[in-house]
This record gives sequence, C-alpha cells and structure tokens, in this order.
Amino acid sequence: MAFTPSKESYAGKVYALTLGTGDKAVTVGGENVLPFHSFEGETPNRPLVAMEVQDVPPADWPENVRKAYEGVSDDPVKWAKHCQDVLKARAIALRLIGTHPDRENRSAEDAVKTVKDVLAAISVPLIVLGSNHAEKDTAVLVAVAEAAKDRNCVIGKAQEANYKTIAAAAMANNHKLIAMSELDINLSKQLNILISQMGFDKEKLITDPMCSALGYGLEYTYSVMERIRLAALTQNDVTMQQPLLGDVGMYVWKVKETQAPESDMPQWGSAEERGILWEAETATALLVSGAEVLIMRHPKAAEAVEKVIDELV
Amino acid sequence: MALSGVEIFKLLPKTNCKKCGQPTCLAFAMKLAQRQATLDSCPDVSEEAKKILGEASAPPVRPITMGAGDRAVKMGEETVLFRHDKKFVNPCAFAIEVKDTLSDSEISGIAQQVVNSEIDRVGQKLRIDAIMITNASGDAGKLEAAAKSVAAKAPAVAVIINTGNPQAAEAAVKPFDGKKPVIYGANASNLDAMAAVAKSHKATLGIAAKDLDELCVLTEKAKGLGVEDLVIDPGARKAKEIIAANTLIRRAAIKKNFKPLGYPVISFAQRDGGLHEALVASVGIAKYSSIVVLSSIDKWKNLALFTLRQNIYTDPQVPMQVEQKIYNIGEPKADAPLFITTNFSLTYFIVSGEIENSKVASRLAVMDSEGLSVLTAWAAGKFTASKIAQFITDSGIEKEVANKELIIPGYVAILSGAIEEKLPGWKITVGPREANAIPTFLKTRA
Repeated sequence: MAFTPSKESYAGKVYALTLGTGDKAVTVGGENVLPFHSFEGETPNRPLVAMEVQDVPPADWPENVRKAYEGVSDDPVKWAKHCQDVLKARAIALRLIGTHPDRENRSAEDAVKTVKDVLAAISVPLIVLGSNHAEKDTAVLVAVAEAAKDRNCVIGKAQEANYKTIAAAAMANNHKLIAMSELDINLSKQLNILISQMGFDKEKLITDPMCSALGYGLEYTYSVMERIRLAALTQNDVTMQQPLLGDVGMYVWKVKETQAPESDMPQWGSAEERGILWEAETATALLVSGAEVLIMRHPKAAEAVEKVIDELV
Repeated sequence: MALSGVEIFKLLPKTNCKKCGQPTCLAFAMKLAQRQATLDSCPDVSEEAKKILGEASAPPVRPITMGAGDRAVKMGEETVLFRHDKKFVNPCAFAIEVKDTLSDSEISGIAQQVVNSEIDRVGQKLRIDAIMITNASGDAGKLEAAAKSVAAKAPAVAVIINTGNPQAAEAAVKPFDGKKPVIYGANASNLDAMAAVAKSHKATLGIAAKDLDELCVLTEKAKGLGVEDLVIDPGARKAKEIIAANTLIRRAAIKKNFKPLGYPVISFAQRDGGLHEALVASVGIAKYSSIVVLSSIDKWKNLALFTLRQNIYTDPQVPMQVEQKIYNIGEPKADAPLFITTNFSLTYFIVSGEIENSKVASRLAVMDSEGLSVLTAWAAGKFTASKIAQFITDSGIEKEVANKELIIPGYVAILSGAIEEKLPGWKITVGPREANAIPTFLKTRA
C-alpha cells in the first residue's frame, strides 16, 4: 500500500521576535508548524539558550553548578562577559535576585548600575529579570527599563499583580516583555490580552507559562506549552502566538535530584552528571513542547542542549 | 477509522435478544463504539459483520508484548497524538544495546546492571526494560554465544535480537523461546526468511526500513506471510528525523487508521556521550517511540530518563498525588514549624520547595485530599476543620513537637477557629496564601 504522509498546514504562526541590537541581535519564533516540524512548514529561527547570571554571588546555588562560575560570579560584569566570551552564549539573562527584600534588598538604583555596567560590557542581547517580588519588581524593573533604553532588551516578568507599570516601562523604552502566569492556559491568554489592551504590541511579548523541573510537575508545563502552541497554530488565536519561555535553571537547581550526593543516593549515580542532565533534559522536553527561549545555568547543560538543537533543526 | 455507534448498529442482528447483557442492539452498539464492550458478547453476529467490526475495532496501534512474566513490556495501543487529550497508554521501553563483539564477562556485566536497574519513584517501579543483542561481529556463532550469556544472566529481561542474518537469528533466538523476544533486522532482501524465523519462534519481527514508503511495503508483506506482531523502524536516526517519522506514523495510525503503520516504533538513540544520548532519547520519549535503544547504562542517566517517561505518560485527567504523611524538610528539631497542605503533587512540590528555599528546617503535613489543591479541596469539603483535626490527631505528631502550633494555608484562614476548637491545646496560625511568601513568613517569625 502506498503511503501518503498526512502533512498539516496550520492557519496561524508564531510571532518572530528580535532581541538585542546590532549584529548580535537574535530572532526567535516565526514558525508556522509544531516544534521542529520542518518537514511540513517553516521553522526559520533556532531556539535561544540564554545563560543566567545574577546581580549578587550565587551563594544559594548548589555546589555543582556554583563551581562552574568560580572566579567570575563575584561580579555580574565579569560573569556576563565570561558567558558571552568563553561560553559563547547568544544571550545573557541577568536576574536581579539581590533586590528581593528578603535577600540583599538592593535598591532600584543599585540594580540600574548593575544593568548599565553589564550592558556596557556585552554585545549579545540581555534579558533582565526581577526577583519575583511583585511589588519590588515594579520599582526595580521600571528604573532598569529606562536605564537600558534602546538596547532592545527583554524585561520580565510582568505578572497579573504588577503588569501595568512594568509593561508601560517596557513600552516607553522599546523593550520586549515577558508575561508570566501560573501553569494555566487561560490565565496566560488573559494576561496577554490585558497587556495588549494597554496598547502594548502583542508581537513584542514572550509568554512564560511557568516552568517546572523534570519530576516536579514538568508534565504540566509541557502540556500547557503544547496547548498554547496548538491554539496558536490550529485556531490562529492571535492572543497566544507569542514565543514561549522556559526559565529552566531556577526551577531545576533546587530539586533534590540536582543536589543529593551519590553517597546519600547510591542508586541515583553521579551527582554532578545527574544535575547537568536534569537541567538539559528539562530544557529538551520544553523545546519539544514549544519553548523558543530557555534560561539555563550550567554551562555543560547548555552546551548539551545546543548540541541536541543542532540535531533538531 | 473507528465506526460510530449507529454504523455498528447497522451490522448487528437487530434482534434485541439481550444475550449480550444490554437491553437493545443499539445500546450494545453504543458500548462497542466506546470500547466498553467486545463483539464476542453477541452470539448471533454474522461472520461478515465480525470481519468488518473486527478490523474497525482493532486499536490503531497494535498491542505487542515484549518479554514474559513480571518484566513483560506492553507496547502500542496508543489512541492520541497529544498527552493533554488522553493518557498515553504504554510507556516506551528502554533497551540497552549489547554488541556480540564484547567479551563474555562484559556482556554478563551489562546484563547484570540491567537486572539491577530498578528504581522506585513516587510509588512506581522503573527500570531498563530490555537488552538488544547486536550481531556487530557478523558472526552467527558469536551472536548465539552472546544470547546465551544474556539468557543465563538476565533470564527475566525482555530481549531484542539485532541481526539481518536469518541463520544467526534462528540460533540466537532459541534461548528465548516462550518469552516473546523481538527479532529486529528484517528488510527488503531478507524478509521471507526472517519472517519464517519469527513465526516458528513466536517472536515479534522488527522491520528495518529505509523510509516510510518501504516500511509500508514491508509490513504488508510480513502480514501476508502470517507475521502480524511487528515493531517498525522508519530509518530515522537524527533527532529531527525521529520527530518527523514518528509524527507521520502516529498521525497515519490514529487519524487515518492506516494499518501498515499501526505498530509500535523502535528508535535508535545511541550516541557517543551519555548526556547527548539521553537528550536524543528524551525526544523519542516525548514523541511516540515505543522502544528507545541506548548504548550505555549509567544510574544518573537512567534516573532522568525514567522520570521523563513517567512525567510524559502520567494521566493528565488524574491529578498526581503524593502520599499522606508528615514530611521532614531539612532536619527539623522539636520546635520546628509545622505546616499543613493538601496532597496534590504540584501543591506539595511548590510548598516543600519554598520551605526548602527558606532554609528553615520544618515539618510539612500533607493530607490526602484526593489530589486537589488547597482551595479546590476546601470547596469540595475534603480539606475541612474536622478532617484536618482528625489527620493531625491520628498522625501522632503531637508527641514529636515542642509547641503545638499548626500553620495552615492563608486561603483557608476561615478554618482556623474551627480547627482550634477541634484540636484542644493547639495554636492555629494562618500562613501565607501563596507558597512563594513562605520564606518571608518564616523569616519574620524568627
């Protein structure tokens, strides 16, 4: 019996979004098919792995990932340059975790200085993330967005509680914006609509449906991403056609499997390789379900993900 | 293509004899359409109807069992393309490749590792399911010797014999008679002889095709030769090809009920370097492979692959639950805080994660709420003052804590008075509404 492959052509497509400026600018999205389905449509842009750096030393990261940045992580500028120049990162994600009131409680002015210094030192695109404290993020991200004006950064994350001020600041200073909601396709759609209703261009948004680590709810993120992408393609739902973000490192490097030493868990094998794979595998599963942008921590995990992307595109 | 109830009804005797246990033929037809009944319950159905209905009601991906006994692996029977539509049915099997060019002790060593690979995770036993014995030497005698070593060392483990040589297959498959092995390596040039070996040993035949067109031709030929238990290899090796071929196969089987591709798919993920291999395998797990062949067995890699398989094959309609008990986070002393929440796995993961982030050793009482989150469980009457009080009393935690203080989720603040009434001597503290406020909450208490 002859085989006629049933190829799908979809009504919708994912917005192509460019971040950064100059020859290091990166474009993600733009595909009109499910992830890596180049056999039946357009997949013009490679997914992006952004390496995470922080405004304060990563004292809270587990040893196995912290030690990969020994000698550079005491200073965000050094750290970011290391990621760009040595690790060849195509983008940097600067998390201003030190601004959290329960952490170093750094001020918005401190954050502005860090962002300016990092921007002066790198030419690849920058994603600037707050500390995930809704109130403090408002103050910090508004100041930072202004300081980074016209560098076409990605600012995040805007959530239901604080999207208005953050979206306004991103809009006024020509940045892209991450809209984050918690593991629910309807909340995600609703937030996109609310932000666009303010006049923010929906094609400048990135959707973060909230990440979860392998073994700790990954299947929820996986299916929410898959459903968002299917809504974008099959229903041509213009409120769900944004590129998707997986903020992988932060969720992965707090689970037991990335920390427990082999001496405690002999049946789990080498702790170092286990942690790296945990991050890389979480990232790979999200790529297959729809993520275009990944934020990662371990250089070897990021390298492995780039290598599997080479096989996928 | 699945038939509707009405289409099935037209083929039934329409006697309403009730012998099938249903009040009418139409009711029986509806049950058949929903796959809640089987045709053999009808004693009067015609041969012609049997043939049509039998073909139509066969699952779109043929069920195949590999191996026998406790470690038998079920494959196929899938019904959907996306896991949010309906649970993926049979989790893909992991097979470790053993080449017959290895020494006998190396082969025995790997077989032993496969036997010992079992890990318990959230109540499920997870393991490497099969060994693929590959005729890398090209020598039939070596393949047979390797097969004998594996059969001796890992008698309960399912086996895939990998050779394109029918004589070699014949000799190597013998130790696995009665254990439903797979003989992989049937292609355009050897199909007749390979099918004969599979048939005489009641083995599943693995078809190795160059592409989907050739695959369809070969599966139809094998069926014509009387071998219907097949696993299929569309020739995809790169991750991108695996996604393309597996997607087209699954679509053809599910959406068109296209029988020549309605079989479990075998994918080859072997790579230099365990990390890269694991990621290619992950693509196969997510995208429809029924068997993923790996080249190496490392505990750290097994754990990650087992976990992804478990995540992808979880029933999306049944909330994942964690066991009802009091969990220690860190090493709590007698005066450590005691929290309570529900047993929805995400709730547990998020709450326990935030307590861990706070670096304050604590206890977390997780109460069985049938997998509902806090607000839903409260609304459904499964997270009530009396049930919480009962759980805390039965747990016996009272004897282990210095201060009888229970921290309840902020969303159920309304319950605090009622719990205090039902738990005499306890102080009920209202915690934060959202888990991400727990670190701040704990810090301000200190």
